[in-house]
Amino acid sequence: MTAEAEGTATAAPAPAPPPAEAVKARRSWAARLAEGVSGGLLRAFLLLVGLFWLVPTIGLLLASLRKPEDMSASGWWNVFSKPSQLTFDSYQKLLENGDITDSLWNTVLITVPATVLVVLIGSLAGYAFAWMDFPGRDWWFLGVVGLLVVPVQVALIPIAELFGNIGLFGSILGVVLFHVGFGLPFAVFLLRNFFAEIPRELLEAARLDGAGELRLFLRVVMPLGGPAIASLGIFQFLWVWNDMLVALVFTKAGTQPITVALQTQVRQFGSNIDVLAPGAFISMVIPLAVFFAFQRQFVSGVMAGAVK
Amino acid sequence: MTSATAEGVAESPATPPVSPGRKSVTGTRRMVAALFLLPALVLLGALVVYPIGYSVVRSFYDSSGNGFAGFDNYKDLFTDEGIRTALKNNIIWVVFAPTVATALGLVFAVLTERVRWGTAFKLVVFMPMAISMLAAGIIFRLVYDQDPDKGVANAVWVGVHDTFAQSSAFPKAHPGRESPLVARDGGFVTRAAVHTGDTVSLPLVGVAPDKMPEDAKRAVAPKADPGKISGTTWQDFTRGKGVGSLGAVDASEHGYAGMRIEAVDGAGKVVESTKAADDGTFTLSAKADGARLRLPASNFKEPYNGVDWLGPSLVTPAVIGSYVWMWAGFAMVLIAAGLAGMPRELLEAARVDGANEWQVFRRVTVPLLAPVLGVVVVTLMINVLKVFDLVFIIPPGSSQDDADVLALELYRKGFAEDQPGVASAIAVFLLLLVIPVMLFNIRRLRREVRR
Repeated sequence: MTAEAEGTATAAPAPAPPPAEAVKARRSWAARLAEGVSGGLLRAFLLLVGLFWLVPTIGLLLASLRKPEDMSASGWWNVFSKPSQLTFDSYQKLLENGDITDSLWNTVLITVPATVLVVLIGSLAGYAFAWMDFPGRDWWFLGVVGLLVVPVQVALIPIAELFGNIGLFGSILGVVLFHVGFGLPFAVFLLRNFFAEIPRELLEAARLDGAGELRLFLRVVMPLGGPAIASLGIFQFLWVWNDMLVALVFTKAGTQPITVALQTQVRQFGSNIDVLAPGAFISMVIPLAVFFAFQRQFVSGVMAGAVK
Repeated sequence: MTSATAEGVAESPATPPVSPGRKSVTGTRRMVAALFLLPALVLLGALVVYPIGYSVVRSFYDSSGNGFAGFDNYKDLFTDEGIRTALKNNIIWVVFAPTVATALGLVFAVLTERVRWGTAFKLVVFMPMAISMLAAGIIFRLVYDQDPDKGVANAVWVGVHDTFAQSSAFPKAHPGRESPLVARDGGFVTRAAVHTGDTVSLPLVGVAPDKMPEDAKRAVAPKADPGKISGTTWQDFTRGKGVGSLGAVDASEHGYAGMRIEAVDGAGKVVESTKAADDGTFTLSAKADGARLRLPASNFKEPYNGVDWLGPSLVTPAVIGSYVWMWAGFAMVLIAAGLAGMPRELLEAARVDGANEWQVFRRVTVPLLAPVLGVVVVTLMINVLKVFDLVFIIPPGSSQDDADVLALELYRKGFAEDQPGVASAIAVFLLLLVIPVMLFNIRRLRREVRR
């Protein structure tokens, strides 16, 4: 945003634009000052936006660290002037609350199998679509890709009825299966594309060594697919861990994950803040840890899934 | 481009034309292929494909599931009050949420390239993607709390408001006994007209000591000034029984600093107005001769209490705000990846040709990013159609109906109101909305698969 650049904006097309170095050297002190000011403004703006983005989460954290009496009296920012208000009481009470700890455990019981199964079943299918010959292969694959954008809502009523008929309704297995079903289109899509790029020579060499289809899959394809599998695993893990809607429909008391358990408390928001704030924060800890530990894989998963 | 699909199957042109596409390296054994595919296809068939068919059929039957209802359930989409609100809100969502999130993502992606801590900034903005919408809902329920002493949004808003619009309000002030003032239209007016050379007393009572303006000083009795009207308005109350005299300025009494005073003529027209000084005194010119003095209602309104974020009219924008908080990072990351892949020479060339930064952004960066921006907006639109948790969690019971969206209405009709037929019609409607994207995905991929 230099003053000089603006001045010449309307200049006729120069026969040969001077190299960037020459332009820089000619910059006046005024242009440099303008640049410095705009750079400072830019940094201030981004700092402000960053703060703006952090404040809601910080608010939740500090709210979870105050007593409910303090929360109903004043805002969380008062801890800055009265740090003595900070206490782990709410967390302690929460962890003694059997319903909440059970629901946290249910979240694990739902998320881990749903992630493992999607990776496993998705890899098998992805490999088949990438490297096996069978009639209509590409059409089948396109069919699966078409399912990428189907909203989960479409399946809630039919599957609730189906699970009711076969006795899966309210069970953890039912929720896991639902998540696997809706995770698979993305899994197959991502892994097939990744596996297809494995160099043919690698597979042929293994084949010549006498490896069978299963051995090829387990010893060559799966290890080489590591990055894609990691992306998929993290994506699916976060998706299932954070889900509320599916669990809200398909679980009952005793199989509820943490999101549903907390949701039941939201109607009396003000009086349940001592459960909601620490509960929400505990439910965020694992996803945030996964996010910070595996940013790169998460980002590539998000980018690959840009159509989901 | 940005998605894994685009990386494609990059088959080298040197490959002999004998093998079109990838061939199995293990020889074709269909049984094996079927075994590899079976688990995925069974689950997809049972959990995704079957429900689509079931929903379509179910949407033509009544709530019991026995009677054929024709298009009645679809008619409900446009006549049922709840669904219509949901539909209206969905349109607002689809129009605003993706565009605002994408615009912010674009701005952030472009600006973070110029600061050294850009990565840290991106991390902060991207982080909400990792948490559940339930947690985000709880977070924003706190943010939007109506009480400015508890909700940070209103705390900031009220702070900004009071900085710019100095509120010199005297809530609950009212005339005491034997007052020269009578109440009218929320304000107070003198019983008799005033004339030049007069001194006027405008005493009131009832402002709590901690609510008095900070700059209020000891009240000073008015001094007569020929040709002008002078007066004092003050808190005519001294603590203690029988202390201080009614209608006269006593030693410990404070002026109503900033109180607005209007002179109103017989026709009700304001001929002059002024504000009381810190000691409560004021003067009016000869123009006010013969008028009555009025302390207008604006002096006495309640202190500004902020915005009712989660009230019926603002609840949808407020929830959209929380969605943008979650998803602007998504747009930012995708756009930043697109920026990273952009030919730098083009930008440099434009700069060397004398384009300023705005022109470079507008004429070079944005057009080059157009495909990425398109992918981001479309992805967010699909995502927005499915938004449920935030709308379920953030609005309090009183404005839940005003915040309704289709995905939530489907849940309500299907599971709370026992109307699976109508709910299925909503499901089919949602599905129809995403079918163009479905076809687009398939077409895009078909070109690559066939290579």
